Amino acid sequence: MLITCPYCGPRDVIEFTYQGDGNRERPQPASQDLDAWNAYVYDRLNPAGDHNEIWQHSGGCRAHLRVVRNTITHEILSTAFARGGHKAEGRS
Amino acid sequence: MAEQPLPERQSPLEPDYHPGSHGNFEHGVDVILSETRPGSILQLGAWPGEEKRLIEVIRKVTGLALPDGAGGGASSGARAVFGFAPGKFTVVDEAEGLAATFAGVITPAIGTLTDLSHGRTAIRIAGPKAEWVMAKFFAIDFALPAFPLGAGRSTNHHDIFAQIQRSGADQFDIYVFRSFARSFWKALCHASEEVGYEVQ
Ligand SMILES: [Zn+2]
Repeated sequence: MLITCPYCGPRDVIEFTYQGDGNRERPQPASQDLDAWNAYVYDRLNPAGDHNEIWQHSGGCRAHLRVVRNTITHEILSTAFARGGHKAEGRS
Repeated sequence: MAEQPLPERQSPLEPDYHPGSHGNFEHGVDVILSETRPGSILQLGAWPGEEKRLIEVIRKVTGLALPDGAGGGASSGARAVFGFAPGKFTVVDEAEGLAATFAGVITPAIGTLTDLSHGRTAIRIAGPKAEWVMAKFFAIDFALPAFPLGAGRSTNHHDIFAQIQRSGADQFDIYVFRSFARSFWKALCHASEEVGYEVQ
């Protein structure tokens, strides 16, 4: 599996670290909305198909990336810097 | 920055650094390995939006103009610079004291300066089979069009993080953590045996 880092170009997956589901919405730290915290910690879409993910190019430039990966084929559909909010459009 | 001279630096490669020809060199030496021992190795980082200002500071201090684009770099023999991550640059000088020079001009508004002169070891591989040996170590494209002269790359070899700059058509400078440098050096020597190598 190759992931194309927006800075480094295509690299083997061994250079990257998975940082989790990119669909999670972290509540404000002071939030006492237990349902929101529960959803953040436990709820996952677990799709068979395209999935928003956060990866770090830990064995390269160390940038955090937003990656869309197909969970069936492992095809990487897009990559972008996560900087600026993981749900926002990344810069490339 | 301290004004007193830095202590004498010892090479971490020393017990396994054996000048001379080694391996399969009967038909010629196809790579030359050496430790370049630069006096200064710095890491510079720009805050978001300050990258152009930092690049200008680097140009003023070193005389080296960074080309546009990720991983771009330049070298002048005594000095070298390359991008290794977004907004981050490695700057190398044969002479000591480059950190003190930069400390006065990288203002807190622009970014940060980290002196890694004692924390990194610089290893040079040169010769007609340099690309070949490097390609056995790192899963990146070492061909000249993909990895142009002066450019830098961040990658790793079995979890030993490495920054690589192409410092010649058939020459690369590899910066590794000092604590892992001897292990990396021994592996590089083994990898060079098949082509015949000389340690200078
Ligand atoms: Zn990268």
